[in-house]
Amino acid sequence: MSKEPKLKTVKRRSMGQEALNRLLRNRTAMFGLAILLLVIILCTLAGVICPEGDNAQDPTKTFVSPGAEFLFGTDNLGRSLLARVLYGGRVSILIAFVSTIISAILGIILGTVAAYYGGVVDDVIMRIMDVFSAIPNLLLAIALAAILGSGVFNCMLAVGVAAVPHFARVVRAPILAVMNEQYIEVARSIDAKDRRIMFIHVLPNVLSPIIVQATTNLAQAILMAASLSFLGLGVQAPNAEWGALLSSSRQYMRNYPYLTYIPGIAIASVVLSMNLFGDGVRDALDPRLKY
Amino acid sequence: MEEKEVLLSVEDLSVYYITHDLGTCKAVNNISFQIREGETLGLVGETGAGKTTIALSIMGLLQSPPGKVMNGSIKYKGTDLLKEKPKYMRKIRGKEISMVFQDPMTALNPIDRIGNQIAEVIYLHQGLSKAESMEKAAQMLEMVGISRDRFAEYPHQLSGGMKQRVIIAMALACSPKLLLADEPTTALDVTIQAQVLDLMNDLKKTLGTAVLMITHDLGIVAEMCDKVAVVYAGEVLESGTVKQVFKNPIHPYTIGLFGSLPGYRPDSKRLQPITGMMPDPADLPPYCKFEPRCQCKCDRCGAETPRLIEVEEGHFVRCFRAEKENG
Amino acid sequence: MGKILEAKELKKYFEVKAGTLHAVDGVSFSLDEGETLGVVGESGCGKSTLGRVLIHLLESTDGQLLYKGEDITHVSRSKLTDLRHEMQMIFQDPFASLNPRRTVFQAISEPMEIAGTFSKKEIDERVYEMMDTVGLARRLVNCYPHELDGGRRQRIGIARALIIDPKLIICDEPVSALDVSIQAQIINLLLDIQEQRKLTYVFITHDMMVVKYISSKIMVMYLGQMVEMAPTNKLFEMPMHPYSKALLSAVPQLDVDHKHERIVLKGEVYSPIDPKPGCRFAARCPYATDACRIAAPPLKELLPDHLVACHRAEEINGL
Repeated sequence: MSKEPKLKTVKRRSMGQEALNRLLRNRTAMFGLAILLLVIILCTLAGVICPEGDNAQDPTKTFVSPGAEFLFGTDNLGRSLLARVLYGGRVSILIAFVSTIISAILGIILGTVAAYYGGVVDDVIMRIMDVFSAIPNLLLAIALAAILGSGVFNCMLAVGVAAVPHFARVVRAPILAVMNEQYIEVARSIDAKDRRIMFIHVLPNVLSPIIVQATTNLAQAILMAASLSFLGLGVQAPNAEWGALLSSSRQYMRNYPYLTYIPGIAIASVVLSMNLFGDGVRDALDPRLKY
Repeated sequence: MEEKEVLLSVEDLSVYYITHDLGTCKAVNNISFQIREGETLGLVGETGAGKTTIALSIMGLLQSPPGKVMNGSIKYKGTDLLKEKPKYMRKIRGKEISMVFQDPMTALNPIDRIGNQIAEVIYLHQGLSKAESMEKAAQMLEMVGISRDRFAEYPHQLSGGMKQRVIIAMALACSPKLLLADEPTTALDVTIQAQVLDLMNDLKKTLGTAVLMITHDLGIVAEMCDKVAVVYAGEVLESGTVKQVFKNPIHPYTIGLFGSLPGYRPDSKRLQPITGMMPDPADLPPYCKFEPRCQCKCDRCGAETPRLIEVEEGHFVRCFRAEKENG
Repeated sequence: MGKILEAKELKKYFEVKAGTLHAVDGVSFSLDEGETLGVVGESGCGKSTLGRVLIHLLESTDGQLLYKGEDITHVSRSKLTDLRHEMQMIFQDPFASLNPRRTVFQAISEPMEIAGTFSKKEIDERVYEMMDTVGLARRLVNCYPHELDGGRRQRIGIARALIIDPKLIICDEPVSALDVSIQAQIINLLLDIQEQRKLTYVFITHDMMVVKYISSKIMVMYLGQMVEMAPTNKLFEMPMHPYSKALLSAVPQLDVDHKHERIVLKGEVYSPIDPKPGCRFAARCPYATDACRIAAPPLKELLPDHLVACHRAEEINGL
């Protein structure tokens, strides 16, 4: 043992630093992040790129195909699709993130409490979740949005709450499995309190399914927000939103397919990049996948 | 004692697991051994010594990729099994050579009656009718000490020891010439282990089956086997009859294994374990595999590969020390 | 040397679908400081449950538990915290007993961190000191469990149990999952630290040779009950309960010259769920009579310090 380095010379690596390093080395995740950042930056700069705003109509230039004058073409009212996509992206991405955060927080709390305390608590929470799961997500969101009224924030809330049962279920099952692991018993034997066991020993070990659920949920949220907007319960008419763009272009799809393709590609690329990045985060947080 | 005919002869067998991310795991390195008819050979070694890989290779059940037989032959009654087609192996498996796995909990189909599972093996291999197979299966159950009334029960209704006996009944149903037993009692309690070992000994006597007993328990080797081969990092380090190896262990690893056992020298105050641990199979020492952990290594051990030396008739040791002492 | 731990008629029942599972059913013993009590028995005999009841991971159903003369059968949360500084546990499976996302340092230091009364510097020093004690190289301090082999993981478990200087350690099959050569290293380590720190062990195992080597006295359990308790050498010289006899004879011996006679038990193990009255070993016992199936045998001290629960013990052993 005498040859071992002295106490001070062994530097401790921080877990966060390591995870970050692993994430930075992951090319697919970085590719996803790059696309996501690019889209977010472009949407943020919408005012600079398209100073005329998303609702500048020009009745003389309806259905102009994508080209030099209008990069993405124009719609039935002669509005630049580029502007509509960029401004709409702001709303869509915001709704996706905020609603997913809402459902994740509520879902994790409910799922964790149900799994940790078990028994009656578990039964009551999960039966309520079952009732909600029995109603199709979209219907639930519509009902909520109808109660809350229209508007961007209410739309986020409705979309977020509708996805809570999914999150609760996705969180509860792995927690139940981890709770049976011997290291949880070990933690109890060294006098760890409930909160410590939950935050240090249980939750870090169920991150993977939560992150996967969150990334798929982002995509779902964009689509749900779109549906709500379509029904007039979400983003209100003249304001742009990706889902709304997609649904309003339906009737022109045959003659002017670019009106559908472009918002569709925007949604797909954001969803894909979110999934790629989410997978990377999941792998980075798992020390077992170091190599 | 007159030596019987050689039933299985493994020569120079090397098996590697080739993976992209973990490199090449050299699980088995130029192993040779023979089993004669009716004989029991014990293959002893610790986790990662390559014991199970050897058994799977003999059965033709090695998962490939990543497993790959690099060289050598496995001759069963003179036929090289490695060169035969999968169809031939299917015919041999269960009929001529059968295997008992370590975990009795997962080796049975949970949704089929135990009697049917035994009968199926008989039906597939012996050309008997369904009814005859059923009758033979019931006889097999009785032979392993389970009443034929339990023929229609499901695996979950049996205890661990009974499940392992059912598996042995299945393995022996077609009176194979050779039984590969991979840690057959490790998952069982001692008193149940005693039952199973007793049963295996009886069956061996009545059926004349040769057994390759894979185990980490030297006590089981002492009680069950005629010959023993000590395996380490995919190599045989010492082999001979059980008496030769147990009374006069020569290789430092064999000596270390005995020294690690609490029951070996009851008078000593401390155990004499082997220091260090198993080498990484993807990064084996180039010469003597045991050299890094060896208490009595010399300069030669790190520069040359020792060969198996016959120190007395039938007792082989792979160590330079033995070579020096025996000329 | 005073008594450190005493159990009186300790019971632990679980309510399961099929009825009441008698996991531990009336276990009594007393343990002096510095002693090692070996608890042996086969799977399902309740030895692990007993260990968990002793360290208050499970609440006992009935009976009394004394630590240094003080009743600790039912304790408050704060008293439990104090107790956890006195008693620690080493677990069986070195692969399952470590959180895969915590480094060696985090795992070993956790008891000190939870105690909350130590400075960062103190924790650092103690962790490295413990790593030296259990023979873990300091460079491994930032490794994750999956990077280490079973022997090293078990050393982490031992370091973690030792770090707040407990007096009593419950070892639940600490070497069963390890290879023989590594097993011997860990046994030596456990014996060394016991000597240095005057520790008391309750050593739970199914391995008769290990328990013989490490214990000063041994309790043999069968289906939740203790069937025999005696100092180690007395038990191995003369096991008096038919089950102990069978258990000892079933251990494969290294002796290649003399094939020893094995007592092979017939019959199947009783269920511990709502057990029938009478001796629980009766169905497998070669000596069982009708009387054995009617009344449970009491624990009798047949020889000094040698307790046996068998109606026919005197007769069988010629006393």
